[in-house]
Amino acid sequence: MPYLDFLMTYSSRFIDGTLITLGQFGLAALVAIVAALISGLMKMAHSKTMRAIAIIYIEIFRGTSLLVQLYWFYFVLPLFGFTLEKFTVGFLTVGLCYGAYGAELVRGAIQSVPRGQWEAALALNMSPAKRMQRIILPQALVAILPPWGNLMIEILKGTALVALISVADLMFETRQVNNNTYLSAQAFGTALIIYYIFARFMVTPIMRWLERVMARKIGRT
Amino acid sequence: MLDWKMDFTWEILPRLLLAAGNTMLAAGGGYAVAVVLGLVFALAQRTRSRTLTFIVRELVEFIRSTPLLLQIFFIFYVGPQFGLRLSPWAAGLIAIGLHYAAYLSEVYRGGIENVPKGQWEAARAINLSTVTTYRRIIIPQALPPALAGMGNYLVGIFKDTPMLSVIGVAELMHTANSIGAENFRYLEPYTIVGLIFLAISLPTAWLIRRFETALRRKMGLTR
Repeated sequence: MPYLDFLMTYSSRFIDGTLITLGQFGLAALVAIVAALISGLMKMAHSKTMRAIAIIYIEIFRGTSLLVQLYWFYFVLPLFGFTLEKFTVGFLTVGLCYGAYGAELVRGAIQSVPRGQWEAALALNMSPAKRMQRIILPQALVAILPPWGNLMIEILKGTALVALISVADLMFETRQVNNNTYLSAQAFGTALIIYYIFARFMVTPIMRWLERVMARKIGRT
Repeated sequence: MLDWKMDFTWEILPRLLLAAGNTMLAAGGGYAVAVVLGLVFALAQRTRSRTLTFIVRELVEFIRSTPLLLQIFFIFYVGPQFGLRLSPWAAGLIAIGLHYAAYLSEVYRGGIENVPKGQWEAARAINLSTVTTYRRIIIPQALPPALAGMGNYLVGIFKDTPMLSVIGVAELMHTANSIGAENFRYLEPYTIVGLIFLAISLPTAWLIRRFETALRRKMGLTR
């Protein structure tokens, strides 16, 4: 079958899968941002318990593999009485996994804000919360965006694993097409190109644009 | 509710530990491929040919921005379509090796670019060939700072080996899946797999961190 005919016949499956992948990616990125911010800040807290909780979360998720985590959340968590839909399990696990990697980025970015900025905020009698919110986080945000761009690509690639708990994402649909047609080069090749286009021509440019906007906002051009 | 069965745990533990050996074998084999191929990718981007540099650069970008799982499927299933049948192990090692070669080539590139320009000039001045310059002057200086990055990707490869279960490599995840399907019990196998991963990757990561600080101190860098 010529490649164009192949595309025409199965385009709807690829499109459906791509939309699910996009949804998984967006939600997982959101979970990762929240988890990274919370655990990154907790790891710098004064309270020992807070630090311990953050470290346990980070080490468990960074020390095991995403696929093991997905299976565990999907097959084992229901035994504890939490039954989640597979779509939810998918983006939640991917988000939590990469959030643990992001936590280190958050910590590094906050520590990269010069000491003088902390002292100046203290001298102006700002409360710790206000100091974080108005002085430290905006500057940390500029420092974190470049490495976070790489993490976003990793999150996008990570979402491909949700196919293995049968979320009907791009990876899943591609396997179905492959099983129906045995046209492996066409099926997997198409999916590779779609993932590549997303990573290279959507995620990366958007992150670059964000970097520029944020740098301008805090007056560094 | 939760009922952890201790006798079942003891029954499946030897099987899982044996599979852990396979996991480490896959990680080691994939890493060996990646270390060599990564160097090829890195050096190919430093030749005079613009076309070669461009092609390899784009290839590295492509490999880095697409999912490893998809690459594993691609390599395993596309071969037979053209009459080339790869065993799951061969396909798996090629896929993982290729994927991480792209990452390692960036590590090498960073290391090579860190070597001061004067070293190149001095090597040229004493009439060393390009190959000798790389072998005797550049790589020995580029390697130490790159080692930490290389270590991190070793842990990364190790954590990505469960993906090989999808094409039937009998590593940890694959074995846990079979045990789960045979006994209709998933709690113990999946939890033990997670614990085995923790037990191997946490100490390894810790050792790499210690090695990195020791190295920085030895090279006269801060801390």
